Amino acid sequence: MSIRENIEKTINNAEKLNGELNSFLSIEREYALNRASEVENLSDDASLKGFAIAIKDNICTKDMQTTCGSHILHNYKAHYDATAVRRLKDAGAIIVGKANMDEFAMGSSNESSAFGNVKNPWDLERVPGGSSGGSAVAVASGVVRASLGSETGGSVRQPASLCGITGLKPTYGRISRFGLVAFASSLDNIGIFGQTSEDVAKVLGVIAGRDRNDSTSADVAVPDYLATISDDIKGKRIGVPRALFGEGLETDVREAVENSIENYRKLGAEIVDVELPHAKYGIAVYYIIATAEASSNLARFDGVRYGFRAEGSHELREMYRKTREEGFGAEVKRRIMLGTYVLSSGYYDAYYSKAQKVRALVKRDYQTAFEQCDAILTPTSPSVAFKIGEKSDDPLAMYLSDIYTVSANLVGVPGISVPCGLSGEGLPIGLQLVGNFWSEATLLNLGNVYEKEFPLGAKPKVFAD
Amino acid sequence: MDVRKVAKLAHLEITDEEVALYTPQMTNIVAYVEQLNELDTENIEPMLGGLTAEGAATDTRRADVPHESLGQKNALKEAPSGVGGHFQVPKVL
Repeated sequence: MSIRENIEKTINNAEKLNGELNSFLSIEREYALNRASEVENLSDDASLKGFAIAIKDNICTKDMQTTCGSHILHNYKAHYDATAVRRLKDAGAIIVGKANMDEFAMGSSNESSAFGNVKNPWDLERVPGGSSGGSAVAVASGVVRASLGSETGGSVRQPASLCGITGLKPTYGRISRFGLVAFASSLDNIGIFGQTSEDVAKVLGVIAGRDRNDSTSADVAVPDYLATISDDIKGKRIGVPRALFGEGLETDVREAVENSIENYRKLGAEIVDVELPHAKYGIAVYYIIATAEASSNLARFDGVRYGFRAEGSHELREMYRKTREEGFGAEVKRRIMLGTYVLSSGYYDAYYSKAQKVRALVKRDYQTAFEQCDAILTPTSPSVAFKIGEKSDDPLAMYLSDIYTVSANLVGVPGISVPCGLSGEGLPIGLQLVGNFWSEATLLNLGNVYEKEFPLGAKPKVFAD
Repeated sequence: MDVRKVAKLAHLEITDEEVALYTPQMTNIVAYVEQLNELDTENIEPMLGGLTAEGAATDTRRADVPHESLGQKNALKEAPSGVGGHFQVPKVL
């Protein structure tokens, strides 16, 4: 099949499934087909020549919409490509569309998108997770092999887990964030979904590395992730923090994850006990730091330079207030206000400063644990995909979906979610491996070997031709 | 919590229904995060960001060489009201 035929098939699948799944906010048929013809002429050395990819709609793509799942940017087209997008294009990848998401990446179910829920292809009554739900479903439904998402507290790993695919959050500074619309700058990362760890490795190798447009991107050599992905994992030490396998963890998830620990043992890994005594405070720390940073970052949406502006204001500040009131959805307003509250006069020390100190304690826990192991294994999410509407009236219950994932964002270390089983109802379960700084190669190796030896052996109900 | 006051600080014009919705939710979330007070952090240095040692070591200075910028036309292209090379807004005072 030629690249053009392959892209046409991908676009046809995306269009056909989108009515049911709503994973794409835009599908770029004309652009992708034109690009396919251009890419045919690229050298075969281009590592992603003709590779179809979906991009979360908070990552800038030149001349394509970048809505962040928000009404306030419903008509916004980016002027430039994010560095990650530019690198994908240079390597021959073809963007087929922009993926649906929780508004400004705030949510764990995709229900906060201004453009409708994304449905989980394993069960259309259930959420795909979030906030990168559209990117996850584009891969899980077989439309594309890989997609870009973003992570602030688990927004790639959690939907990967709920959709039965692989999702990686890299080390803070591994992938340039130039062109990723900021939510919480000390936590945000671009992450990658793949049908397998190999797909993720292929994309990571292309987009990782220093970028002069992002001062937080680190000058650390990018290894050949594919070269070590099938290495024998014998002797690798996997740490298990048993104390975290308690309250709130669904039985099916616990059993699948316990089983995966045994499977790793069978593959030759050494299982060691570790303790992360402050991890249970992760959600509390996260909802102070993330909302504080969001309240500051989202101040830029004021109806002046781009996006939506409310009508009928006679005075500037009235225009700001009306624009933001009409432009933002409930979850975004809630978080902006929480952030404003914790930073407001008289409360800074009690909340923000306290959270930064506990963040240091969480980091210390991980540093101690990594003296004993190469990766820490936990569930990715305490539950399988929940029903649409089940948690939407209770923000705190929703926030607890990220209990196992937030710590990696607080500390800055990488994490991966790999499918490890199905629940009694046939819904996918993910295991999470968190590694030390810059250990993506180890995580992809552990993930790949597991996928090869213990494949999920099931497909979602809704799946591309 | 005085949600209306917080909304004003955040430049949000919220409705009475929203005040009724957000007040218990936000009170609940703030009560949850206050569990951090269980911990003694008196001698702990705050962790200011997520930057790694390698990330912090990156020399972010670059040569001061002129390069292409967005330009006026592009900068105004997405503006809700761009008039005569300016962003137009309602009266300020």
